[in-house]
Amino acid sequence: MAESVTPFPSKTFGVTIEKLYKSFDGVPVLKDINLEVKPGEIFVIMGPSGSGKSVLLKHVAGLEQPTSGRVLIGSYDVADPGTRQRIHLALVFQAGALFNSMTVYDNLALYPREHRLGTEPHIRDRVMHALQILSLEKAVNQFPAELSGGMKKRVAIARALVTDPQLLLYDEPTSELDPVMSATITEIIAALRDQTAVTTVVVTHDRGIAFAIADRMAFIMDGRIRAIGQVADFKNPADGVIANFLNPVIDLKNPRFKHLEDNHE
Amino acid sequence: MKQIYAIFEAIGSTVLLAIRAGRYLNTLPRQFPRLIEQCYLIGYTTLPIVTILCFFIGSVLALQSGYSMQNFGAKQLIGTLVGMSMVRELGPMMVAILVTGRVGSAITAELASMKVYQEVDALITMNIPPERMLVMPRMVAVLVMMPVLTVIGNLCGWFGGALVCKYTGFISVEPDAYFAALRRFMETKDVCDGLIKSEVFGFAVVLVCCNIGLNTRGGPREIGAAVTKAVVTSLILILVLDYFVTKALI
Repeated sequence: MAESVTPFPSKTFGVTIEKLYKSFDGVPVLKDINLEVKPGEIFVIMGPSGSGKSVLLKHVAGLEQPTSGRVLIGSYDVADPGTRQRIHLALVFQAGALFNSMTVYDNLALYPREHRLGTEPHIRDRVMHALQILSLEKAVNQFPAELSGGMKKRVAIARALVTDPQLLLYDEPTSELDPVMSATITEIIAALRDQTAVTTVVVTHDRGIAFAIADRMAFIMDGRIRAIGQVADFKNPADGVIANFLNPVIDLKNPRFKHLEDNHE
Repeated sequence: MKQIYAIFEAIGSTVLLAIRAGRYLNTLPRQFPRLIEQCYLIGYTTLPIVTILCFFIGSVLALQSGYSMQNFGAKQLIGTLVGMSMVRELGPMMVAILVTGRVGSAITAELASMKVYQEVDALITMNIPPERMLVMPRMVAVLVMMPVLTVIGNLCGWFGGALVCKYTGFISVEPDAYFAALRRFMETKDVCDGLIKSEVFGFAVVLVCCNIGLNTRGGPREIGAAVTKAVVTSLILILVLDYFVTKALI
C-alpha cells in the first residue's frame, strides 16, 4: 500500500512549545512544557492515560488555549487567529471525528469545497486520490456508521491528507485496533511522512508504533515532560518509571489485589 | 449570584455567536444549498403541525368568544377578535413555540452531538468556522421561513374561526359577516407587527438552540440535557420577548 503513495506538494513546519502551562478549574494538567519538533520529523509523545498528552496535542492544534506559555508552528503563534489561514494543519482524532451525516466522499470533499480549492471534477480527483492511497475506494458512498474501526481511522487519515497538511497530528491512531490494523496504520503514517516530508506528531501509549516510526520521542507524566530523546534512549531507559511503563511486569500474585481474593472467599 | 452570572454569560455568548455568524453573511451564496436544506427543515417539515394547530386555535377562539359575546349581542365582532388575536399574538407565538419544539430541539441535538463527538473540533482544525457552516444558514433560513409559516398559520386560524362561526348553533355568523368584521378593524400595521414578532422569536430560538448545542460538553446524557435546556430557555425567552416586543410595537 505504502509504495503507491504519490506525494501531495507540501511545505512543512516545525513546532515549538515554550513554558506551556494549562489548568482546568484550577487543576493543573500541563506544567511547564518545553518541546521542539523539527520540520519533517516524526515526533512521538508517549505517556500513561491521563498524563496530559492529548491535551498537549489539542494545544498544538489550537483547540485549547494555554493558561500561560505559547505554542508556535514555524514562527506563527497558534493562539493568533490568523495562523490558521497561513498553515494547513490536520488532526486525526482518536475516534475519527468523521461527520456522521455525510458519506465518506463528502467527508473528504468538505475541506476543498469549503476552501474552494478547484472545480468539482478537480475535487473529485483529489478525494479519490486520497481514498486510493488508503485503499478505501469501495467505501466512497458509505456513511461512517457503516465502517469498521480500522476503516474509520483510515478515512480520518485520508481526510487529513486531502487538506495537504503542513503539520499532521495523530491522537492515539492505533487505539481500539487489532494488531494487524495497527501495523497497517503505522505503515501508513511512516509512508506519508517519508513521501511528503510532513512534520508529524503522534500521541500514543503504544510502544510498538512509537519504536517503529519515531525519529524522536518524549515521555510525559503527570503533566510534565519526564524525558526527551532518540528512540534508542527509550529502548533501555535509565528511568525506572519509564522502564516500567514500556516493559510492564505482570504479577499475577500482586499483593495490592489480595483483598479481592478475600472478598471472593 | 452564580446563577445570575450564568444567565449573563449565556446572553453574552449568544450575542457573540450572532455577531460571529453575521460576519459570514457574505458567504451566503456559497452556502445556498445549506440554506435551502434548512428552509426545508424549518419551513416544510413544520408546516403540517402549524396548519393543524393554528386551525384549531382559531376554532377554539371563535367558540369561546362566541359563547361569551352572545350574552351582549356582539357576535358580529367575533371575526375581528379572532383575526386580531391570531395576527398580533397567537399566530407568531404559536408558530415560534412549534418551531422551538420541532426545529430548535433538532438543531440543539445535532450540534450538541457534533460537539460531543468532536466533529466541531474537526471543522475548526480544517479552518472551517462552525458559525459559517452550522449557524449562519440556520439563522437566515429561520428569518426567511418564520413570516411564511406565520402567514399560513394566521390564515388557518381565520378559516378555523369562520367554520366554527358558521356551523355552531349558538353563534351562527355567516363567513361573509365574519370576514367583513375581520377586515373592518384590521390594518396593515397589525399584520406587520405580527410578522416582526415572528422574526424576533424565530431568530432568538435558533440562536439559543445553536449556542446551547455548540457549548455542550460531556456525553450522550448531556446531549439530552442540552435539548431540554434549549427548549425550556427558548420557551421562556419567547414569552419574555413577547412582552417587550409588544410594548415596543404598540
